[in-house]
This record gives sequence, C-alpha cells and structure tokens, in this order.
Amino acid sequence: MKLLEVQDLQAWYGTTQALFGLNFSLEKGGITTILGANGAGKTTTLRAICQTVKTQGSVVLLGQSVGGFATDKIVRMGVAHVPDGRGTFTGLTVLENLRLGAYTRRDKDAVAQDIERMFARFPRLKERYNQQAGTLSGGEQQMLAISRALMLRPTLLLLDEPSFGLAPLIVQEIFEIMRNINQVDQVSMLLVEQNATLALELADYAYLLETGKVVLSGTAQEIRSDASVRRTYLGY
Amino acid sequence: MTLFRTRIIWLVVLVGLLVLPFFLPNFRVFQLNLMIVYAIAVLGLNILTGYAGQISLGHGAFYAIGAYTAAALMAHAGFSAYATLPVAGVVCFIAGILMGFPALRLGGHYLALATFALAMAVPQLLKYKGIAAYTGGVQGLVLSKPEPPFEFRLFGIALSEDRWLYFVTLAVALPMFWFASNLVKGRMGRAIIAIRDQPIAAGALGVNLAWVKTMTFGLSAAYTGIAGALGAVVIAFVAPDSFHSFVSISLLVGVVVGGLGTIWGALFGAAFIQFVPNIADEISKSAPWAVYGAILIALIYVAPGGVMGALKKLNPGDAK
Amino acid sequence: MDSFLLQVFSGLANGSIYAALGLALVMIYQSTHHINFAQGEMATFATFIAWTLIERGVPYWLAFFITVAIAFVGGLVVQRVFIRPVERAPVLNNVIVFVGLLVIFNAMSGWVFGQTVKAFKSPFPTTSVFLPQYISGHQLGSLGVTLAVLLVVFLFFKYTPIGLAIRAAAQNPDSASLVGIRVSWMLALGWGLASAIGAVAGMMIAPVIFLDPNLMGGILLYGFAAALLGGIDNPWGAVIGGFIVGVLENILGAYVIGTELKLSVALVLIVGKLTLMPHGLFGRKVVTRV
Repeated sequence: MKLLEVQDLQAWYGTTQALFGLNFSLEKGGITTILGANGAGKTTTLRAICQTVKTQGSVVLLGQSVGGFATDKIVRMGVAHVPDGRGTFTGLTVLENLRLGAYTRRDKDAVAQDIERMFARFPRLKERYNQQAGTLSGGEQQMLAISRALMLRPTLLLLDEPSFGLAPLIVQEIFEIMRNINQVDQVSMLLVEQNATLALELADYAYLLETGKVVLSGTAQEIRSDASVRRTYLGY
Repeated sequence: MTLFRTRIIWLVVLVGLLVLPFFLPNFRVFQLNLMIVYAIAVLGLNILTGYAGQISLGHGAFYAIGAYTAAALMAHAGFSAYATLPVAGVVCFIAGILMGFPALRLGGHYLALATFALAMAVPQLLKYKGIAAYTGGVQGLVLSKPEPPFEFRLFGIALSEDRWLYFVTLAVALPMFWFASNLVKGRMGRAIIAIRDQPIAAGALGVNLAWVKTMTFGLSAAYTGIAGALGAVVIAFVAPDSFHSFVSISLLVGVVVGGLGTIWGALFGAAFIQFVPNIADEISKSAPWAVYGAILIALIYVAPGGVMGALKKLNPGDAK
Repeated sequence: MDSFLLQVFSGLANGSIYAALGLALVMIYQSTHHINFAQGEMATFATFIAWTLIERGVPYWLAFFITVAIAFVGGLVVQRVFIRPVERAPVLNNVIVFVGLLVIFNAMSGWVFGQTVKAFKSPFPTTSVFLPQYISGHQLGSLGVTLAVLLVVFLFFKYTPIGLAIRAAAQNPDSASLVGIRVSWMLALGWGLASAIGAVAGMMIAPVIFLDPNLMGGILLYGFAAALLGGIDNPWGAVIGGFIVGVLENILGAYVIGTELKLSVALVLIVGKLTLMPHGLFGRKVVTRV
C-alpha cells in the first residue's frame, strides 16, 4: 500500500484555483521533494494533504480517502506538517511547544522520552527550554518546528521550505538532521523546497510543479541530470 | 447611466429631501432630526475606528461634552443655538486631542478600556455638585427650541420648530459629510489608513504617526461633539442620565452596522440605532432589548460588512 | 488608623469580586483573544438561576455547584451558537455580537426573573473568624472562594494538556490544528470556563448589593480594569489587579475625592498607569520579529 496517493487534485483559496489536477504518490520510507518556482502550488499541495484548503479530487492516505476530513483527524492519522514560516507558538515556551506536538498521544512515558531525545539531538533547544519561543533565532525556531512535528511520531512528515530565511551553514545542519531522521527514525518525508540543489541532494524522488500541475517527475538522480531542469531551476 | 439621468435623479432626491418634513407629523420629523444628528456622531466615530483603526468605546463622552457645552452656553450665556455648534466643535476637538495622547501608547483592548472608562465616568461627572451651577446637576438643563426665522406653509402644513430644525440639521450634516468624504480621499486620509493597516511601514515612510493619530482623535471628537450640540438643540433638554455608557456602545453599533470605514454607512447606522429600538418595542413589550440584540446579531451574521458592505456585494460596479 | 484598615479590608473584599470577574475576562481572552463585554450580564443571569434554586429549597452549596455547571454548559453553548459564526470575522464584528448578547441577557434576566430587587443568601457566617473588626464573614468567605478559583484556574492553564491546548488555540489557531487540536472546541471550553467563573463572581457579590438585572453593570468595568491592570494574558495579574482596584476605589472614596467621583478618579489613575506601562503590571510582552 502506498503511503500517499494523490489523483486529479484541485485546490482553491476562496474563488482562486491554485491546483489544477495534481497526480503523484509516495512510497513508505523515502524522501520526496516537490520543486517549482514561486506560486507553482507547492505550499498549496501540502495544505491540500492536511485539508486546510478546499479540495476536489482524490487524496488517499494509508489506503483511506481523506478528502473533507478535519485537519485534526488527518494529524491523528500520523501526518505532521511543518508549515512555511515554521508555525511556532511564539508566545509559549520551547518545552510547551514540544508538548503540544505530542498533544494527540496517550503514552505519557514515551512522550517524556521523546522530549529528552529531541533535546539530545538539538542541545540548543535544551538550553532554552523555558524561553519564549518567539525569542529564538530563525535556525533555532526551525529546529523547534521540526522537533515539534517529530513529537507526533509521524508516519509522514511534511516540510514547507525549511531553508527559508536561514544562513547556509544552518541550512546544511538542518538538512543533515532531516537525513538522519529519515534513516534512523524511518520517517517518510515530503519536502517542499525552493532550494532545488539541496532538495535533490537529500531526496530520493522529485516532482516538478508548474502552475498547479506536475510537469516532470523522476528520481532525484534523473532530475538532477536533466539539462533543462538544471538550467531553469539549478542555474547551471 | 447618462449624465442627464443622474442629474434628474439627484434633482428628485433633492426635492424629496426638501419637502419630506411637510409630509410627516411633527414627532416623526423629530425622530428624523435625531437620526441625522446620530449620523454625524457615527461618522465622527467611524473616522477614528473605521479609518484610523482605533477603537473607542467612549465617544458618548464627546457627545455629552458637546451637548452640555451647547446647553450651558444657551442657558447661561445667551448664545443662539447656531453659535454653540462651532464652540462645541472646538471644545471637543481639544478634548479629543487630550484623549489622543494616552491613545498613542495604548492599543486594542487597553484603549477600549480607557475609552469605556471615560464613557462610564461621564454621567457621574455630570452629576457632580461642584459644577452643578453650569450643568444643572442631576436635573439637567431645559432649553427652548429655536424659532423658525420666518413663517412658511407648504400644502397648508406649517414650518414648525421641528421642521425648521430638520433643515438646520441637514444644513450642518451635508457639509460635514462632504468634508469627511474629501478628507479620507486626500493625503490625510491615506496617511490615516496607512497607519491603520501597516503602522511600522507608515512610520518608515515618514508619516508622523503621533501627529496624525492625535489629529484624527481630535477631528473625530469634534464631529461627535457637534452632533451632541445639535442633539441638545433638537431635544431641547440635557440631563446626565441621557448620556450613560450605552450611548457610546450605540454609536459603535451604528458604525459597524452601517459599515466600518465608509462615509455613507453612518446614515444607515444612525437609522438602526434610532429606529430599531422602537421597532423592537412594537415586537415585544416585555423584552424589547432582547429583540434588539437578536436583530443586531442576526444583521452582523448576514452582513458582516455592514449595510454598505452588503450593498457593495449586491452592486459590485463601483470600486470605492 | 482603624477606619483606614476598614477601608482597606473592605476594598480587598470588593476587590475579590472584581478579581473574579477580571479572571473570567482573562479566561476568555486567553482562549479567544477577545474581551467578552457580555460577561457581566451572563453572570447575572446565572446568579438568578442560583437564586431560583435556593428559593425552591435546594441547599446552598448544591445550588452553587449546579449553577456553576449550568453556567459552564451555557457558556459553551453560547460560543458554539453565537460566536462561532464570527470566529474568523474582524474584531469589531465580534464586539457587536458581544453587545447583542449583553443586551439579550440583561433583558432575559428582567423578563424571566422580574425587575424587583431580591435578597441573595450568603453561605458564610456573619462574623468572620479572622480580624472580625475589619471584615465580615461574607467578605472573608468570598475572598477565600476567589483565591480557590484562581488557584484552580492557574493550575489548569499551566499544568494540564487541555489548558495548554486552549492557550495554543488562542494564540495560533492554524498551528494548533496542525498538532491535532480541535480549535473550535477549545474556544468553546474557554467560554464555558469563563461563564463558570463569572457565575461564582455573581453569587459572591449578590449578597452584598442585592440581586437585580443590573447587578453587574458598573462592576464589569472594574473587572475589565482589573484584567488589564494585571496584564490581559495573566490570571494572577487579574486577581492582584482586582484587589488593587478594590482598595483604590475605597481609599479614594473615603479620603481623597468622596464617593461621588471615586469611579472617575480610580479610572483616571488606572488609565494613567496603563499609559505608562502598556502591558499591565505583569503582562508579558510577546516578541514578534517584523
């Protein structure tokens, strides 16, 4: 069974249509990236999966059709979304943010263990555990956002432009961590990125979006060696 | 629509406005006068809350100050009704600027509290024995309506005091509406709206936030103050209990019901706060305010942009 | 000195009522980022329900808890029915709905229970066990009740998952739904809690100033002031704010300006203080980077 299967997906913001019939699928265990220029519909795709925008067409998660589901129901199915802008609860502490990530879980001891593991992975967060999340730097907030998503012990992790607004060194660090998460914790990922080079280095499979439609798909290797893609999106 | 037809329509409206009072009984004209007065008051609040985005739950205070200024001048200093209006305007302009200073530091809920506190304090202050010589204390001041300056009959109906006051209030209201309409379209208006929408950016672009905000408060207060003065003339009576905090709340209701951030919405808002309580009374003698509340809530569900918002949806032709 | 202490303690006792109301307002604010102007009228209505139960022979504390439960459910229902349609609407639209509710509840109180002033029983002995020369039994009792409510609320918001969820839903509804929180229900819960607290405030003050539909009229303002004085997002602050307002009101009334103008002067002072310290005494500044 595929982890996620999307067929003829359309999506609207109010009366404006943003996706015009998307088709793609994800296998369990891999990292897939969605590339494209600004306004291509990448963020909308993630929102469509979480049903935070109006959709038509088929979105099948773990064999179940989730069209029309409430967002919290999809979260409970194991989908964690790190939205663009990180979506941190800036008025709450770092620890409270992490606790909220585990809101839907009932296994208290395992949650406490997971928090320790997040702190081990991100020592900077541990230092600031009681600090208001809004006072953290961009990179720290991104680490917090990812940790919060991981607290769900998700089956599918959706990441929207994790590199946005961050210094190159920090971005490298975060991408290393994401590779680690995928390999060690076996979390499948769907990554939306503007930074195509980094995304293609990390991902196994890639989809290229243009004005709400998939125009190209293939393994990361294939896309990287495609000359036209290289010229348009990678700049060389 | 051709220019000729537009002109004909305006002519018909104008003539209609001029003869209307002669087709209504006196007390209806009185209600109409009050509605026009409220329209000016609501417009004043809309300048502050709708365009400048600063919430005021205390505009009843300026209304009261305007009313009492007019009443005191008429009762104790022999002013004519018409002369009190500019004085009330100036007094309230100053009061508004004074209120504008703390408003600079306070935002949102804090400003709401500060202005609400003002609204609740006003009746108490008006009853204060120390100034009762001017305010008439708890009893208030009784005034006399100005006489029409000439005799006139249309279709046998006399130009009564109320009918004369109708023309007076219209004569005051129309230029005030015209001025406000031009203000919001001009440089000052754009500055005001810029501060409401993106204060940080506006400041970075060189808009003098403090000056614009304070001036707006002053202007808004002046409008409502003049309305208050006019109201005192129309009712020919002022007393502290007429200016309880619900006046402030009513004005805000008028702003939102008419349409936030619109000029002509003030007219619809004023019609609402003047006539819906009467309608509610007809519907239910025992709990009229419950009906009022229900109508109010229903209206805001159905027309979230107020009456002007609903009209715009029905007729998307003009982009305002 | 004696009469001064009397004013202070009386102020503290009144202050505990303002504190309870302020707490209810903070509660709604923490869950919804709105201030519910109808809070006072809803509390009055609940107090009338309590009065009716007691009149029918229900023992006081049983009536108390039944009323609190009814108020909780009532607040929840009001949110689901009246507030949900304007959840995503601009602030002022919400304010209009609050005004509408205020007016409806006030009218309902009068219509269902009548306009005549009623006496409301106090569950506490007339003489206080502590400092009886300065404070009455009821004043001490309501002080205790308010502090108990505060403690429960504080613990709830700080240490329970639901309390955290309510705060999260208020601050950032989009992110909250992404962690699986049903945001709409959190708002409803916040309203339920606030109504319950308001009912407690009503039942504590009714024995002092007698019960009629306008019970809470002026007190709402003091509750509002209490909430803001302490910082609108801080329950402790609301309580301390309430006490300060209560004492200030009494001291000003007795020594400075006479009872006629004490309301105005107290408010001027509060507004002045807020102008100097815009986040209240204990409010936190939430840092947002541009």
